[in-house]
Amino acid sequence: MAELLQILISGLAAGSIYALAAVGFTLLWQASQTINFAQGEFVMLPAFFVLIGMTMLGLPMWTSVILALVLSLLILGVAFKRLIVEPMLPHGTLPLVIATIALGLLMKESVKEFYGATAQPFPAIFPQDVYHIAGASVSVQDIGNLVVSMLAIGGLQLFLSRTRTGRCMQASAQNPAVAEILGVNVKRMVLYTFLINATLATIASVLISPIYLAKFSNGETLGLVAFIAAIVGGFNQIRGALVGGLLIGVIDNLSAVYISAQYRSAMPLILLIVIILLRPQGLLGTPEGRTV
Amino acid sequence: MTRLRPLLLLAGVAALILAPIGQGNYIVYTLCSWLLFSIAAMGLNLTLGYAGQVSLAQAGFMGIGAYITALMTLAGMHWGVAVIASILSSFAVGLLLGYPALRVQHHFLAFVTLAFNTLLFLVLRNEEDITGGSFGLSGMERPSFFGFSTDSNLAFYYFSLVCFLIAAFSMWWILRSPWGRAFKALRENPIRAESLGLKVRRQTLLAFAIGSAFGGLAGALQSPLVQFIEPSSFALMHSLKLLLMVVVGGAGFFFGPMLGAAVVILLPEVLRFTEGYYLIIYAFLVIVLMVYSPNGLIGLGQKLYEKLKPKHEARRDLKQGVQL
Repeated sequence: MAELLQILISGLAAGSIYALAAVGFTLLWQASQTINFAQGEFVMLPAFFVLIGMTMLGLPMWTSVILALVLSLLILGVAFKRLIVEPMLPHGTLPLVIATIALGLLMKESVKEFYGATAQPFPAIFPQDVYHIAGASVSVQDIGNLVVSMLAIGGLQLFLSRTRTGRCMQASAQNPAVAEILGVNVKRMVLYTFLINATLATIASVLISPIYLAKFSNGETLGLVAFIAAIVGGFNQIRGALVGGLLIGVIDNLSAVYISAQYRSAMPLILLIVIILLRPQGLLGTPEGRTV
Repeated sequence: MTRLRPLLLLAGVAALILAPIGQGNYIVYTLCSWLLFSIAAMGLNLTLGYAGQVSLAQAGFMGIGAYITALMTLAGMHWGVAVIASILSSFAVGLLLGYPALRVQHHFLAFVTLAFNTLLFLVLRNEEDITGGSFGLSGMERPSFFGFSTDSNLAFYYFSLVCFLIAAFSMWWILRSPWGRAFKALRENPIRAESLGLKVRRQTLLAFAIGSAFGGLAGALQSPLVQFIEPSSFALMHSLKLLLMVVVGGAGFFFGPMLGAAVVILLPEVLRFTEGYYLIIYAFLVIVLMVYSPNGLIGLGQKLYEKLKPKHEARRDLKQGVQL
């Protein structure tokens, strides 16, 4: 029982970080029909911005995090939208899919060449204490990660449903043409979506790197997990991506302990296939019109 | 142009026959792998360029073909039997994967194939008793036909060339049959195609399964070519590479995949002097190409050709009338 509790908590903690990436993924999809195959690399990169700030510029930790956030907003938000997504949107989804695959490769290889191929230790933002509750050892880091990501996603949900800008963003995602007629600046709303995605990626990066170390290849697994979480939860819902992320985190940890370490990474994939078979719109998603 | 086409084709085949003569082993080997990646990319082009579905498991299907061929030839069976088994099983797996995925929206095939490719990699790596795990399988013999052995690289090149030509001819035949033309109709205007009585789902499913079968054939050739196979040769990364081949060459053009395969295989050799930066430059070029010409290199060529060609300008007022 104590073991199960422990697995559940660490699963939820990892899952909440996956959820951050998955939420960004679904937002991009809703706002601009971009299937971002570089999402994992988007989470991998900001950690290296932080490291550059700390080791090369000698900045303190939190200043570097802010620097990383600014760089991410500029590169993963503005530049990604202006230089890659915008010119390609009229040509349909496929060229954009290929371009994001190439972008992921570009980011991964650049980090490998210009920073280093080895895993870099990353400073922890939470104390490394472990408490024992009902026989289960619970680390402050796990709880901290869970709380921070939940706050981020909750804040985002409130922003989208309670503020004028947030509602304009929803309108642009649901029906760009009508939103435009009603006076919403759709292009700007799409840009906001990209900025939010960059922010979520930075938060996820800062939270996950102390656990997995900062490594150029981190994006491969993270991207796949974010992807699966988004589909399992429901591609067109933020709370779907949240539930999907948490579920994947818990299943991942459970299967590592109770099934087999070798097939640990197979479990989310099997879940994905089952979901697509039984409930293709995702657990919380609403069916979209079939586009043939 | 249309009259010249048979001549051009003949010249192309002649060039393919003459290409490896007098070349070193390494170049002949590279040409062989170009031929077999062209076959796999051709299959993916049917799925992607004609039926409009993204498959991220073409390397997985190559893996199925390669492992079945390796296991069967290692057990002493002839390659001819193994290749049929490889093609049929890739086709069957394609049907099984595609059927549920194509029931729903069109992006789901991409997700299902992505998961499938990753799962297949795990199975190939973990089931050591059958697949040899991460050490792979080695020592497959190259096949011989009626006393002609394909042991030398040159002989194997001609053997792959024959397979390539058969595959290209069948693809051409599939595409110009009424059934293949239905694909183009589907791609151009799915709603109209459906209203004319085309079974959209069945067509797309078959396109995906046939495309996968081409992957199986390519895998069946890879196994005796390399004579060593391991799981990581069929990982997701290689499916993405095949996707790049099709799109870089030009999805939906018959010769697109061959051109794309040549670019993707030769570019590392050309960019070798840049050492570690090769993948960075490569990824950058792909992004630039996609932004400027989403139809790939052939599309880029066509664009340039259209610009240079003198145009017959239709009367604007009539044009408007035609549209009404």
